[in-house]
Amino acid sequence: MSVLIFAEAKKGEYKKNAQEAVYYGAKLASQVGTEAIVFTIGDGSNANELGSFGASKIWFNNNSASTDSQVVSALIAQAASKAEATHVILSNTALGKSIAGRIAVKMDASLVSGANALPEGSSVTKGVFSGKAVAKYNLSGDKHVISVMGNSLQPEATGAAGIPEEISLDAPASRVTVVESKTVDGVVPLPEAELVVSAGRGMKGPENWGIIEDLAKVLGATTACSRPVADTGWRPHHEHVGQTGVAIRPNLYIAAGISGAIQHLAGVNSSKTIVVINKDPEAPFFKAADYGVLGDLFDIVPKLTAALEKFKAQ
Amino acid sequence: MNLLVCISKTPETTAKIAFTDGDSKFNEEGVQYIMNPYDEWYALVRAIELKEKHGGKVIAINVGPASNDIVIRKALAIGADEAIRVNGEAVSSMFVAKQIANYAKSNDIDIVFCGKETIDYNGSEVASIVAELMDLPFISYASKMMVEGSTATIERDIEGGVEVVKVDKPFVISAAKGLAEQRIPNMKGIMMAKRKPLTVVEPEAVDSKSTIGSYTVPQGKQEVKMIDPENMEELVRLLHEEAKVI
Ligand SMILES: Cc1cc2nc3c(=O)[nH]c(=O)nc-3n(C[C@H](O)[C@H](O)[C@H](O)COP(=O)(O)OP(=O)(O)OC[C@H]3O[C@@H](n4cnc5c(N)ncnc54)[C@H](O)[C@@H]3O)c2cc1C
Ligand SMILES: Nc1ncnc2c1ncn2[C@@H]1O[C@H](COP(=O)(O)O)[C@@H](O)[C@H]1O
Repeated sequence: MSVLIFAEAKKGEYKKNAQEAVYYGAKLASQVGTEAIVFTIGDGSNANELGSFGASKIWFNNNSASTDSQVVSALIAQAASKAEATHVILSNTALGKSIAGRIAVKMDASLVSGANALPEGSSVTKGVFSGKAVAKYNLSGDKHVISVMGNSLQPEATGAAGIPEEISLDAPASRVTVVESKTVDGVVPLPEAELVVSAGRGMKGPENWGIIEDLAKVLGATTACSRPVADTGWRPHHEHVGQTGVAIRPNLYIAAGISGAIQHLAGVNSSKTIVVINKDPEAPFFKAADYGVLGDLFDIVPKLTAALEKFKAQ
Repeated sequence: MNLLVCISKTPETTAKIAFTDGDSKFNEEGVQYIMNPYDEWYALVRAIELKEKHGGKVIAINVGPASNDIVIRKALAIGADEAIRVNGEAVSSMFVAKQIANYAKSNDIDIVFCGKETIDYNGSEVASIVAELMDLPFISYASKMMVEGSTATIERDIEGGVEVVKVDKPFVISAAKGLAEQRIPNMKGIMMAKRKPLTVVEPEAVDSKSTIGSYTVPQGKQEVKMIDPENMEELVRLLHEEAKVI
């Protein structure tokens, strides 16, 4: 028996979501009294660090079709069978979402995607209705696939690094050809970001975004925007957060010149701390905020940036 | 080309979220339902556009009770040619996906369209299960798609960017923002929808291994703390010492 964790490598690196999955899987393994085995696709060269989050073994398999859900799910299901896994744990990322269902079918397992906490007995919880409620799922059967919502728990590296071991598996041929992959390097993608600075129509135009970028830079934050801002092309689409955009749950969300419409809140109200900067005291966003600043953002944002610079310098 | 579009029903976004029966059931009282936006705005419209360009037909499928017919009729009004309702409560994504896969397998479907996720349970599960049950490639979060002959070129959203892939029909796709532009049904469409076929079929029994037992509503936020705009040092201090996020 074991808990098998799929750790997703991004260009050979393990981001926070992978560490969270390993940590979650290791906690679960000790809960049910078994071992936690990490499985990853790639050359395994950076995978040893994952051991420190509580895994006893690290397996890797080198396969180039690393974003094709058919290939990846087949490899994971084989690894799970080799590990005699009762649970498969993964991150609730774009890849995780495209494979979780496939793995559950292959293993004839129960499935919960986006769990926000460790299972308790045979149930596990996740946020539903855009974070307005938490649902408790009852799991039956003897095999379970659970994907972990980002920023649900704080992974701690308390153990020793492991030694990755290559395992051989039979991969099906990929029927999907990747023509091109365009990702922005050097910034943390929104779904994984712990700090986010976001702005809306109150910015008046794209030429004014410098103050938002400056603020994001001192914080090391990722930038986001409201939907009309992306729709009018002021900012790229991948920055759009909300019900129809990306759903995020950072530790800190700073919103400047965003009114806080319910569809916007749907994607951001799981943030741990929300700071709202708006000149309208009636802006609905203030009701969802932890800290509010009433006034002109063109005044306030540079002052906040300066204050943060001072704080960082200390 | 036979294009199958999976449509689901969700509470309208401003609906009050409350529960009944000892917090085990969603309280439907006074709740307005809509077609899941990803299904309506993107999946359905792109399927209709492809049909308009390449010929074929668009079939809308829903797994749910008779009260869902209103949403299904809307799909017909927007431009689907016919609709199927599998008459059963959508108790789990496994149950839903099984019914969709059963229909698709026996009806020579070229592309199965789903939405990226339902906005109520945010599962993103159904499409990947359908793909597995049918042993088909699955392209998630598609924001652009062109079809030429038997091959589709698809741009899909991945963390921090996009990936462009090529895949041959048949396959399963989930639709994200950008795949199409929302269409509003016109009077003619609404009239025609009344005459289009809506077939009701009975579901296959499925052993659902994950079902919702109960709900809790998290405690609301505390009152917002207003900070003097002239004192951003105070905000920084609070973020560091009180919220502990920087
Ligand atoms: C089905 C549906 C889905 C949607 N999905 C999304 C979604 O996913 N994400 C999303 O964001 N929206 C979404 N929307 C749109 C949403 O309803 C709002 O229209 C949108 O969020 C408003 O964007 P905004 O706050 O930037 O602009 P506005 O509502 O115009 O607000 C601008 C704010 O800036 C403030 N402001 C102006 N000037 C200044 C200044 N100098 N200093 C300080 N403050 C200033 C104003 O007081 C105002 O509060 C959706 C809508 C629908 C119907
Ligand atoms: N009851 C249903 N009937 C038909 N299609 C559904 C149903 N539930 C979900 N879907 C489809 O699956 C997609 C993803 O749903 P989910 O996996 O529940 O997030 C939706 O956008 C729909 O396209």
